[in-house]
Amino acid sequence: MTKKPISFMLNDAEIGIFVGEGAPLIDELRRNAGDLTPKQGCNQGTCGACTVLIDGVPHLSCITLAETVDGKRIDTTGGLAGGPNLHALQDAFIQGFAAQCGFCTSGMLMAAKALLDANPNPSRDQVIEAISGNLCRCTGYEPIVDAILAAAARLQGRAV
Amino acid sequence: MSSIEFRKDLFADERDDNLKEIGKPTIRQDILGHVTGRTPYYDDHLFDGLLHMRAVRSPHHHAQIRSIDTSVAEQMPGVRRVATAKDVPHNLNTLLSLINFGRDDEPLCAHDKVRYMGETVAWVIADTERQARDACAKVRVDYNVLPHVLDVEEALTPNAPVVNEIYPNNTFDYHEKYDHQKLRFGDVNAAFARADHVIEAEYQMSPIEQAPIETCGAIAAPEINDRFVCYTNTQALFFSLGTTAKLLNVASSRLHFIGGTAGGGFGGKVDSIVEPTAVLGAMLTGRPVKFAWDRYEEMQVGAPRGGERWRLKDGVMSDGTVIAREFTGFFDSGAYMRLSPYAIIKGTGHLPGPYSIPNVASNVYCCITNRTPATAMRGFGITAVDFAIECQMDKVAEAVGMNPVELRILNAYRDGDMKAHRRKAKNTALIECCQVAAAKADWAISRQAAQQSSLTPMPERQNIPETVTDTEGLIGERRQGRVASTSPSTQSNGRVPAGTHREAIGGAPVQNPDMQIDADRIGHKMGSSPTQIPAAATKAAAPTAPPAAPSVPAAAPPVAPVAPPPAATVPTPPQPAAPYSPSAPFSRGTKRPGSSPFTSGFRRR
Amino acid sequence: MVAVDTYPTMAEAAGALAEGSRYLGGGTIVMRAVNYGDQSFDRIVRAAQVDRGVGSDAGGIRIGAATTMADILSAPDLVFLHPVARSIGGPAIRNMATVGGNLFAENPYGDMAVALLALDAQVVMTSGQSQPIESFLADRDHARGIVGAVIVPRVDQHAFRFRKVSRVKPKGVSVMSIAANLRHGDPRVAFGNMAPVPTRARGAERALAQGVNDSSITAACAACTEGLQPADDALASAWYRAEVAPVHLKRLLLNEGAV
Repeated sequence: MTKKPISFMLNDAEIGIFVGEGAPLIDELRRNAGDLTPKQGCNQGTCGACTVLIDGVPHLSCITLAETVDGKRIDTTGGLAGGPNLHALQDAFIQGFAAQCGFCTSGMLMAAKALLDANPNPSRDQVIEAISGNLCRCTGYEPIVDAILAAAARLQGRAV
Repeated sequence: MSSIEFRKDLFADERDDNLKEIGKPTIRQDILGHVTGRTPYYDDHLFDGLLHMRAVRSPHHHAQIRSIDTSVAEQMPGVRRVATAKDVPHNLNTLLSLINFGRDDEPLCAHDKVRYMGETVAWVIADTERQARDACAKVRVDYNVLPHVLDVEEALTPNAPVVNEIYPNNTFDYHEKYDHQKLRFGDVNAAFARADHVIEAEYQMSPIEQAPIETCGAIAAPEINDRFVCYTNTQALFFSLGTTAKLLNVASSRLHFIGGTAGGGFGGKVDSIVEPTAVLGAMLTGRPVKFAWDRYEEMQVGAPRGGERWRLKDGVMSDGTVIAREFTGFFDSGAYMRLSPYAIIKGTGHLPGPYSIPNVASNVYCCITNRTPATAMRGFGITAVDFAIECQMDKVAEAVGMNPVELRILNAYRDGDMKAHRRKAKNTALIECCQVAAAKADWAISRQAAQQSSLTPMPERQNIPETVTDTEGLIGERRQGRVASTSPSTQSNGRVPAGTHREAIGGAPVQNPDMQIDADRIGHKMGSSPTQIPAAATKAAAPTAPPAAPSVPAAAPPVAPVAPPPAATVPTPPQPAAPYSPSAPFSRGTKRPGSSPFTSGFRRR
Repeated sequence: MVAVDTYPTMAEAAGALAEGSRYLGGGTIVMRAVNYGDQSFDRIVRAAQVDRGVGSDAGGIRIGAATTMADILSAPDLVFLHPVARSIGGPAIRNMATVGGNLFAENPYGDMAVALLALDAQVVMTSGQSQPIESFLADRDHARGIVGAVIVPRVDQHAFRFRKVSRVKPKGVSVMSIAANLRHGDPRVAFGNMAPVPTRARGAERALAQGVNDSSITAACAACTEGLQPADDALASAWYRAEVAPVHLKRLLLNEGAV
């Protein structure tokens, strides 16, 4: 089996790994680069648990061919906190009871981060749209939407 | 966040309001791990040299397996092992055998025939998941396709194919006697005859997949000291441990199970299939092995909440009082039993819903079909019949021209009411719920309905009526074409006097002496409670004088036994001095008499 | 096992396609098949330089095959396609899924192809060959080469309508999708998920040729399932689809209510 060398930025760290041919990005991130924060839910691009940001925009790592991220920047939930300080989204999720089993949480956070990076002051409908590709089977959508809005407000407050 | 309103004005004297946690916000203890992505799910444990195990699955609902050819698959790149039924040391189990319920009826891997689409017929263990998939595609299985049955009522007909030979009548055998779970209380047929309205309807609920975002999976690996570690997302860690010990014929002390974290479950992660499979893979290869379902498998072979069909027949007076309710229910258990027979017992205990109805009869069938086996899901055993009951209440309200909320308040249980399974209702609150819900929804109810209280007793509801009984539906009769209807019989052949508290029925015989309940071990007394009746005293129904008093089953003379239940077979516990000689092949289990092979170490006293 | 071969251009990749290989666009179809062990191919062919972008062309607006749904949403020239692109997946899918790939998306996917069918788009292969989308879709399982672009004739924005019927809100896959170009004299009505590939409802088109009015709407709804072959799936039965197709078409024609 041929392995291909690729390098990319993973949450501010330079990573160089050999990836398997045909391997999806999530497998290489988790088993090879050691970032276990993206979760594998469906492996078919349906559930959103594996959402990561590639060059700042959300992608589904389970249906991204690993070798295509050579030279790119990948952000995952693993890099969301700044050292001991949680990101405003993480804090809002904790305060707002926005995680139950926690399996969709990583993907939700990355979808939400992409939204707030592009649109710091989203409407409720825009938040709902932003996480419309992320499934939560514990059906905790309302607290998640509330938490994202709360995080947006807090980030805005800080910026102003 | 949605606000919670506490109605502390209701039942104020029944409750201590000096509470530290309830009613106050609290942070989940596991949420920091969730938001940082650090919560360790089973698949977050990395192993060097991890192998991947995949199942070869039946494309047929029902087929005989003529032969399995794994020779090509074994030669595929990366393949370490191809396994079939013969690699499973004790390839027959039923999930609830660990609590001594039901017969072993399900193999971990099919060998003689497949009974549902997607059933496992072989496994491949390979270096990568893709290699395992490619090799699975090369396993050749020669099937002789058999006729199948997919509908619960068709399964009960004389011509339906036998799905599972362990239960040749396509039903679970209740109490070793009937092909259904019976409930009889009062005389429904007499009540129907005098009712102003008789309202019949059929309700059905399709199977529902729990669909957790994290599919069922486990990683097993050899550990030091001849043990195996298993990381799993099971919702039932000790069931999974015990089931693995049994299927693989290994002492549970050699299994180190680590669970407690599941990416959703909702009842879909109790069936203990991925754990024994992964451990088997680790045993066969001596390597860490991951066995996980993909999304298609989760949907196709992951046991759903089973489909159910219910027929309800109500006898109602024109003032809205429901005087009789009859149920005919069918659970689709799929090809194997798993938890459905138990769900029916639980569901039957729930009938006729939260309403005081003096005449109730029900027949509930646990039907075996060529569909995916069913298992637990939220509100297991209750949800579909509650849906049916509440739809039926609306139909009744319509028939008598009554406000549906008032109809519910009129018929709702109150404290002290006698339920159909002969226990007193306690802590009832439906009346208050209806009143509050009506107010919140701006739904007008009469002053009289608004003044009712669950605490106001209704003495006429507190007695056990004379009960008409029947013996229709003995095991096997229906499939011989000797029972015309699935509904509760209209041909009674016995009467149990009013006030008879309950009829004692012996439990199913213990399959294995090791499973004999040890009184010292379970921590409560046996034989003195109404449900645990010594064999000698269980020949017949034991009436007790005042219905309110606890039943004393001991020496009361048998009164007109309708059909004496089979003597409860409670085998004598193994004598400590006797040499231990298991009949079942748990040879490496804990070998002390009286101890379970599924638990490790010393017995706690 | 799966091999991956990357070529400098789409044209070269097209030349390298053979039995047992698949061209990888956005990945939403092909990577899913790879992950699930699809045995019909064991080689992925991809191109380093892809045709991604929206521009003017003699025949209308040219959309490169590698243009994503998110790209469409940021293209002012394609404002009439924004509701279609927005109806597809969540943001992550829209950042990946391409117009070229959508032409091959099997039921219940492929909503963009339905819209393009109603718009009489032309499908241009990397070889330069071009054909109407209708014949392309009908024979897509035997398509040779790689789609390079689609060309969408300019359209009166108000004449174009699109509706996706889902069971899950705000986002779910299609029970069916309907697109219509209600131009005078020669209207187009196309259904997705009502046949193996997106298909024109010729009965409805005939009825609407005289213009959109109460009587033509009634006639169009009555004739809309002509030539369609809806199927049973986990979302809906064929019977249900045939029963509700006229209802949804009528709502689309009357521009009624949100979906």
